[in-house]
Amino acid sequence: MEWEVVIGLEIHTQLATRSKIFSGASTAYGAEPNTQACAVDLGLPGVLPVLNREVVRMAALFGLAIHARVAPRSVFARKNYFYPDLPKGYQISQLDLPIVEAGYLDIDLDEQTTKRIGITRAHLEEDAGKSLHEDFHGQTGIDLNRAGTPLLEIVSEPDMRSAREAVAYMRKIHELVRYLGICDGNMQEGSFRCDANVSIRPQGQQELGTRTELKNINSFRFVERAINFEVERQIDVIEGGGRVIQETRLYDADLDETRPMRSKEEANDYRYFPDPDLLPVEIDAAFIEAVRATMPELPDAKRDRFTQEYGLSRQDAAALTSSRELADFFEQTVAAAGGEGKLAANWIMGELSGLLNKEGRDISASPVTPQQLGGMLQRISDGTISGKIAKQVFEAMYNGEGDADSVIEKKGLKQITDSGAIEQMIRDVLEANPKQVEQYRGGQEKLFGFFVGQVMKATQGKANPAEVNKLLKQLLGG
Amino acid sequence: MHQMTIAELAAELRAGTFSSEELTRSCLERISRLDPQLNSVITVTSDSAMAAARQADARLRQGNAPVITGIPFLHKDIFCTEGVRTSCGSRMLDNFKAPYDATVTARLKDAGAIMLGKTNMDEFAMGSSNETSFYGPVRNPWDLDRVPGGSSGGSAAAVAARLAPMATGTDTGGSIRQPAALCGITGLKPTYGRVSRYGMIAFASSLDQAGPLTTSAADAAVMLQTISGFDPRDSTSIERPVDDYLQQLDNDLTGLRIGLPKEYFGAGLDPQIAAAIEAAIDEFKKLGASVHDISLPNSQLSVPTYYVVAPAECSSNLSRMDGVRFGYRCENPKDLQDLYVRSRGEGFGPEVKRRIMIGTYALSAGYYDAYYLKAQQARRLIRDDFVSAFEQVDVIMGPTAPSTAFRLGEKSDDPVSMYLSDIYTIAVNLAGLPGMSIPAGFANGLPLGLQLIGNYFEEGRLLNVAHKYQQISDWHTRMPDNF
Repeated sequence: MEWEVVIGLEIHTQLATRSKIFSGASTAYGAEPNTQACAVDLGLPGVLPVLNREVVRMAALFGLAIHARVAPRSVFARKNYFYPDLPKGYQISQLDLPIVEAGYLDIDLDEQTTKRIGITRAHLEEDAGKSLHEDFHGQTGIDLNRAGTPLLEIVSEPDMRSAREAVAYMRKIHELVRYLGICDGNMQEGSFRCDANVSIRPQGQQELGTRTELKNINSFRFVERAINFEVERQIDVIEGGGRVIQETRLYDADLDETRPMRSKEEANDYRYFPDPDLLPVEIDAAFIEAVRATMPELPDAKRDRFTQEYGLSRQDAAALTSSRELADFFEQTVAAAGGEGKLAANWIMGELSGLLNKEGRDISASPVTPQQLGGMLQRISDGTISGKIAKQVFEAMYNGEGDADSVIEKKGLKQITDSGAIEQMIRDVLEANPKQVEQYRGGQEKLFGFFVGQVMKATQGKANPAEVNKLLKQLLGG
Repeated sequence: MHQMTIAELAAELRAGTFSSEELTRSCLERISRLDPQLNSVITVTSDSAMAAARQADARLRQGNAPVITGIPFLHKDIFCTEGVRTSCGSRMLDNFKAPYDATVTARLKDAGAIMLGKTNMDEFAMGSSNETSFYGPVRNPWDLDRVPGGSSGGSAAAVAARLAPMATGTDTGGSIRQPAALCGITGLKPTYGRVSRYGMIAFASSLDQAGPLTTSAADAAVMLQTISGFDPRDSTSIERPVDDYLQQLDNDLTGLRIGLPKEYFGAGLDPQIAAAIEAAIDEFKKLGASVHDISLPNSQLSVPTYYVVAPAECSSNLSRMDGVRFGYRCENPKDLQDLYVRSRGEGFGPEVKRRIMIGTYALSAGYYDAYYLKAQQARRLIRDDFVSAFEQVDVIMGPTAPSTAFRLGEKSDDPVSMYLSDIYTIAVNLAGLPGMSIPAGFANGLPLGLQLIGNYFEEGRLLNVAHKYQQISDWHTRMPDNF
């Protein structure tokens, strides 16, 4: 039987605020356990939550970016359950009235096709702490530094039909939240993680199959693998005459498999009710407009502009707009070069990215500044250096030897464009190779390249190649 | 000096008749001598009290000190006090020393009031008799075989016995007003949001309010002035200036419209109390007030609504008492489940467990709509009754409690009858209005209270009305024998 895969994602993004969602404690990652948990985070008797206004702004910005409704009134609710790393015995979240509702995002399936993925809702909530089961000799350690860290949980419609689409959607959300500056996107530190709801149904069937929820997947690669494993498993179960049970499953990256989580945790009745310690969040039109005014250019719009404004291919434009930093680097380079979009794109995605990748560095850590790169491009376009020489200049700049002009000066890389000097050098070359001259003139025209090579060698590559070609043709002809 | 009002004490402190240190020592001496009969104080903080009194004396000598500077108070053990046990009347928090001060605590300390100690209370403020405390019941100074009311029973008994001129209380369904009535003193529950709840251990967050317990309305005004006001650490506290309560105390009552809800004078009310309340109302007529019969038609919904809302909220609020980070933890838990079950099972008393169970049930999937949501709807109806009533009258009056103080153990096995002792006070919390109880006579030799209910943020008017009555009556000056 042909099976159709149905996937919905719940993505937890940690909002990049300095302090927690309901307290003034720092959200910085990696501190000594329990040093960034104040009385509120510890859930001590008597403490009360106070909403960090910044999370409301961030959620609204996200809502506007996905064409969603930003709710004029949203309500925090308590999700009650007992766990040692949940200090209050409840998590403050949003249930019935989330801050963002009904948006969408378009993902690229290939160069021509896009697909619209519905986003049901996005709601604000606090993160729990961490239980540390190792190193405590049969006991469990609790680190509450993460408790109260703000999360925006983004829930998609079950609109994805393959693991590949799910990854494309997850990447797109990842790109978007970083563009908006509301999440650092760091998956190793857990700032961006995802649960996947997966089900299968016979091709053509309307009704959805029973789904399983795959928990806490923290890399793009794992999302793809976990979903693919789970789809195969569900097909095996059904084709083997069994039934998929609705359950929560954990993806084990080491074994590359999913397995059921303890069912005890599923038996929870969360007893949601509006948190009486917090007032409903009221957002007026003026606030929305103020947020909208700060909206940066988003990846799709930027990509389209790059293809039009700089004549780039859609693929190149997409690559350059994959992060705001990279896109900014590109545009600053073009500005410094006074144009030359294509050339800038080639250098950034070629030489520069190559070197950065090799060292595992990000564009923000590039030793070559956009101003330096733009300066070099200018020297290529004004004929001061050739593209070939430029590689030497670039490497020198990358190694911190200064900007293009000073490298060219110091190393004497300036292109020879004086036709008199070039002509003299050509004459010397022809004189030194009479046999080849004879052969060329006898009809072996492919020897032309040999002469070019000799001239370039004599000038250490600095002669203007166009000028060399022109003069060489003249002199060999005579 | 234990018979003086706050205003008199403040005047004597400034005149140098005695110092705050002497006053504080005298209160501490009365506590150690008299409280063993009452059990109204859980923790006495003598050393810090004496140190604070010396500081207050220095401040008084400098001049410009607030009226409350140097005046001793007892603090309900529900308010967090830095470095001092904050038990909430429970075994669960018997070992809990709060690492911070509640906002109410901080405001009193900053103003120079002297904390003598922490008062006994029903466990987690759940009770109307002060019999659910882990530290044992409090006895009523008017009759040691009787309860002082609750949950602020320790504070009320202590003020009635003149162990301190003032005490703090909290009121979720009547926990300031009902014990004030049963002990013959003055108590005020402010408008919801007027006093910060930060650091006040939550029972039912949407109902809890802190307020003063004193002998007179004038004293309550001084205390309320100190503890009221917006607090950025409590999202439900209201950003609105605090009225000058003292200035309003002597306003003339001519033209005051008093509403008497017929539902507050029906069956179940002790006839002697009804007679005393009517007599008190007549006194207000003499002061120029007019009296109007009104109706609060949804009154009968108050008790059932409250016993859904309050337990629902408490079942969640008390989840943090889990034996993990602070408070009581059972011996040798064998696993996580055992840690939770035994720590909570051993740490909480039966009334707290009962309410957690009721609340958990009311919030459960499949019951939420029928209970919690329905209760919220009923709550709106109850509030709307008051909103319409205040279009016709300025203040609503009636009895605070249906009976005078009952005997210890009398209602312990009958929770419903116990819950009904708050029948007149609960609606005020559900509506979020300010309410007050003042002494208005005696029945069977026991004090009884007149309840005054005001419109939102009209604490000033309540204090004014109560003060004018106390100027022409002396019930509030009566003291129990032997104290």
